[in-house]
Amino acid sequence: MPNPTHRAIEAVWRIEAARVVAHAARLVRDIGVAEELAQDALVAALEHWPRDGVPDNPGAWLMATVKHRALDKLRQDALHAKKHEAIGRDLDALEAHVVPDFVDALDAARADDIGDDLLRLIFTACHPVLSMDARVALTLRLLGGLATHEIARAFLAPEATIAQRIVRAKRTLREARVPFEVPRAEARATRMASVLEVIYLIFNEGYAATAGDDWVRPALCDEALRVGRILAELAREDSEVHGLVALMELQASRLHARIDTNGRPVLLSDQDRSRWDPLLIRRGLAALARAEALGGALGPYALQAALAACHARAHRAEETDWVRIVALYDALAQVNPSPVVELNRAVAVGMAFGPQAGFALVEALAADPALTRYHWLPSVRADFLAKLGRLDEARSEFERAAAMTQNARERELLLLRADAMRSGR
Amino acid sequence: MRFMIMVRANTQSESGAMPEEALIAAMAAYHEALAKAGVLLDANGLQPSSNGWRVRYRGGKGTIIDGPFAETHELIAGYTLIQVRSREEALEWARRFPAPFGELADGEIEVRPLYEFDDFQPSASVERFRRIDASLR
Repeated sequence: MPNPTHRAIEAVWRIEAARVVAHAARLVRDIGVAEELAQDALVAALEHWPRDGVPDNPGAWLMATVKHRALDKLRQDALHAKKHEAIGRDLDALEAHVVPDFVDALDAARADDIGDDLLRLIFTACHPVLSMDARVALTLRLLGGLATHEIARAFLAPEATIAQRIVRAKRTLREARVPFEVPRAEARATRMASVLEVIYLIFNEGYAATAGDDWVRPALCDEALRVGRILAELAREDSEVHGLVALMELQASRLHARIDTNGRPVLLSDQDRSRWDPLLIRRGLAALARAEALGGALGPYALQAALAACHARAHRAEETDWVRIVALYDALAQVNPSPVVELNRAVAVGMAFGPQAGFALVEALAADPALTRYHWLPSVRADFLAKLGRLDEARSEFERAAAMTQNARERELLLLRADAMRSGR
Repeated sequence: MRFMIMVRANTQSESGAMPEEALIAAMAAYHEALAKAGVLLDANGLQPSSNGWRVRYRGGKGTIIDGPFAETHELIAGYTLIQVRSREEALEWARRFPAPFGELADGEIEVRPLYEFDDFQPSASVERFRRIDASLR
């Protein structure tokens, strides 16, 4: 955007976009239409503000504008429906629903409803009727206020692919008649799990990029953290939300220590802990305490956060409480059984009770079909073999792992380690 | 990007008088909005300088000077730390900061970006400084 006013508008938009879309969606009950209306409001701002100046309360301006557009749209639709007698929607009944005075009167009493609208927007964007890719793109677009080209860049995908994905996602929601609502009771827990999964997936794509040349893409981590922090304010009593936020804060605290000056990944045990961010650690521990205070200590995200906290609390790698980590993995394996958890548990057992004990567990996992394409398995195996002094086997396992990873930086590290086996370290 | 919004002190804040209810409400609403937008990292009010002290360094020697300090408008009365995507976004949030001593009272806030990790060239001294920082947690 070329001039200062345009940049100011862009900043306002970043702050307000999600609320504006959510507000429109509550009125028109379709997030595709709502987003178009919100874009109209943005265009109106781009027309008026450079000329008249940025209003004192730009958020309220955008909200009022989008509301009027939404009401216009509803009236047009109602007229259209009446003309064609296709749907028996009653214009009077509609007016009763949306007369501006009525809505304005409600607005005063329902400042918190904006929060509810945002929550509805999050649940809708992460609806299980959508593919995971679509949920991720919609969440970044609607909650993060990211433009299509920004999402495309973050995921190293062509812009057209992302645009198509978003269009299709909106159509799917419309065709499936997904209601714009926060699900109740039992459905809420399942749907919340889907929301948390989407947010964590975005975070992880930034934290350990699965593809491409960069090992981390911090901007994606920041986006996920932002959405997570928003959600933690909207669903304050939900312990797993705080568990996820805790996990992300703690992992993000290590972001700058995870790469060396050449952009290569650094293993947790080799990281310079003075580069960990103390503010994020403090926030992470506070969020974890909140999750636990809400009775959620055994939630899968809270447990993973507790694991991350074990590392955060150790000022030096040797001070790590590996016995506690093994216990936490035991708990995690109960609530969230998975071969990946078992593999991580094996690593912890190796650290707590010696490489022989850990290696035995890894060998038991080697046949697991779920891990056959998972490059951490040969990598962990190689690490144990190295510790047990079986260097030739270790080298070929590191090489196998290197051949399996999609990430260039990680491959480089694995090949370096393979090489180190040759020289006997 | 992280920015610190600092509230400059005035005679009222330096007197230690608690702010009026309306101001507390405005500050609460603003910080709630920051939290709900996912950008609030930290915020605190500082007690008057009469409860603090300075150490002045001169000629290789440090001398402790107890508060209060006269140059009130150069003192800090509180801070709010935010994380945003751009300088413009920080500017917009700063614009929304409530007048710090009440709607009609004079007041001033100052906003400064924090150094990011990448702003420092790695050096032995920088590493040492970080180590001290890490030991505080």
